[in-house]
Amino acid sequence: MPVTTTPTSRSAGTVPPVHRRRPDWNRRTPYLLILAAILLELLIHIVPMLAGIWMSFIKLNQFFIANWSKAPGAGLGNYKIAVDFSTPIGRALLHSFTVTCLYTLIVVGLSWLFGMSAAAVLQRGFRGRGGLRTMFLVPYSLPIYAGVITWSFMLQRDNGLVNHVLVSDLHLLDHPPFWLIGNNAFVSVAVVALWRSWPFAFLMIMAGMQSIPDEVYEAAATDGANVWKQLRYITLGALRPVNVVLLLMLFLWTFNDFNTPFVLFGPTPPDSADLMSIHIYDNSFVNWNFGLGAAMSVLLLLFLLVVTGAYLLIANRRSRRA
Amino acid sequence: MHEPRSFRVFRVVVVAGLGLFTLVPLYVMVTSALKPLGDVQGDFRWWPTHPTLRPFVDIWSTVPLARYFINSLVVCLVATAFSVLIAIFAAYAVSRYRFRGRRAFIGTVLSTQMFPGILFLLPLFLIFVNIDKQLGFTFLYQTRVGLIVTYLTFSLPFSIWMLASYLDGIPRDLDEAAKVDGCRALGALFRVVLPAARPGVIAVAVYAFMTAWGELLFASQMTNDATKTLAIGLQNYSTQINVYWNQVMAASLVVSVPVVVGFLLLQKYLVAGLTAGAVK
Repeated sequence: MPVTTTPTSRSAGTVPPVHRRRPDWNRRTPYLLILAAILLELLIHIVPMLAGIWMSFIKLNQFFIANWSKAPGAGLGNYKIAVDFSTPIGRALLHSFTVTCLYTLIVVGLSWLFGMSAAAVLQRGFRGRGGLRTMFLVPYSLPIYAGVITWSFMLQRDNGLVNHVLVSDLHLLDHPPFWLIGNNAFVSVAVVALWRSWPFAFLMIMAGMQSIPDEVYEAAATDGANVWKQLRYITLGALRPVNVVLLLMLFLWTFNDFNTPFVLFGPTPPDSADLMSIHIYDNSFVNWNFGLGAAMSVLLLLFLLVVTGAYLLIANRRSRRA
Repeated sequence: MHEPRSFRVFRVVVVAGLGLFTLVPLYVMVTSALKPLGDVQGDFRWWPTHPTLRPFVDIWSTVPLARYFINSLVVCLVATAFSVLIAIFAAYAVSRYRFRGRRAFIGTVLSTQMFPGILFLLPLFLIFVNIDKQLGFTFLYQTRVGLIVTYLTFSLPFSIWMLASYLDGIPRDLDEAAKVDGCRALGALFRVVLPAARPGVIAVAVYAFMTAWGELLFASQMTNDATKTLAIGLQNYSTQINVYWNQVMAASLVVSVPVVVGFLLLQKYLVAGLTAGAVK
């Protein structure tokens, strides 16, 4: 989201008005205003992150957890274990990474597509538009666990709705498959995440569309452009800044997603749905190897940093050219 | 306006498809909450054999749901209040002052959004334990206070950013006029700027509350039996040998109602806040 440091660029050049009588107080004011935010960010985000990085270089396992300052150094040991793809641990991490990439690609891509489609068809007034808009937003407003638990009931093999529809109602299958274990688990977790995240894309795109003035469409309509052309040439263009931010947010949230697999499968998901966050959680809190877990988290963070950096670079360059 | 036939067909397909996708789980949640236990143990039924409100009574005794509810309510309301207040101050500074370190501040705060929660869960856990050890009493570790401090920070970055963009859209003349009338910076903020920024503030509050109400990862390690929130408490119905799916659905419905109703009532502010913020 650093793209968005631009919101204030409109006034970046202008010098703020100075309150002449109390120059010192004034110079200090902004720092006092951000003080609470800084302290909290330090306590909850920055210091723990630095500690996390430090932990990735020590042998922190169940023997040292009560007395972590005594844990022996591990150098790059934890990292070597994590990325040694000839061992089960390394292979499992690589597998988890691949699964997460695929998961993110599918969930983010379809969330955007669904959100865009829904926003486009609801852009113009017609009866029932407000009601539909509200309805589409309900999954997003539900607490994550409430929505996901409902899906986990629907996906039960013997008493769930999905198998009932597939086997008894539509007769598409003869035997009810398992949805929460085995290879189907990937499909399940992706569908559930999509159900929850597309409304957010819809909300953002809808908000973006509201800032496109009606006159632009009217002018295009007089020139004979139909709805499809308007969508392609006006709406998509105007939505570019929104899409840049939206896709990045969806990417980060989906890639770091812990809640969906955790509620659906518990702390140890099936292999096909072994997403990164929960894989690391397993290595830390289930296997009690915090040093290794920390090393994996740092690798994850590095990956996210590189992707985000590259993405913003490309997005900014393009928008400058445009 | 001219709409080709293809677009009308597209609209019907999108509305029907996404409508079905959205509604089926909600339908399952509501109807299953009205089923007797027998109905949720065998093959799925579209409609309860005898609709009953029993699950809504039983949920409170199967697990201590009331306690989880109060914990969640206290934690989320307090976290939201502080998050909004702190975000207002920070956003005002970012929007109205050009100070050294401003860009670094924005950049750092926003980049924390990128951190995988799993990376700082354990260190935070240990930091809390150590702070408590220094203090000599349990202040942060597995307490509501610890959870409040954690949650309010989670919503800060997005809140600051959205609110700062919103404030940018409010003419400076407004604060200048207030200052001419003798207000200090803070007076101008609270008397003039904030009332004008109300949709942005409400949007940020809704966002902060929802973030806290749905959080799971930290709640799973940072609470004990006494401070457990709904996010974790709800899992207790399904970790038992016999899963009371009708009660799980009833409980899900009960914990969803406050946020869904609040969200739907305030959604227009969220859209307004996003329009001003994210969208620029």
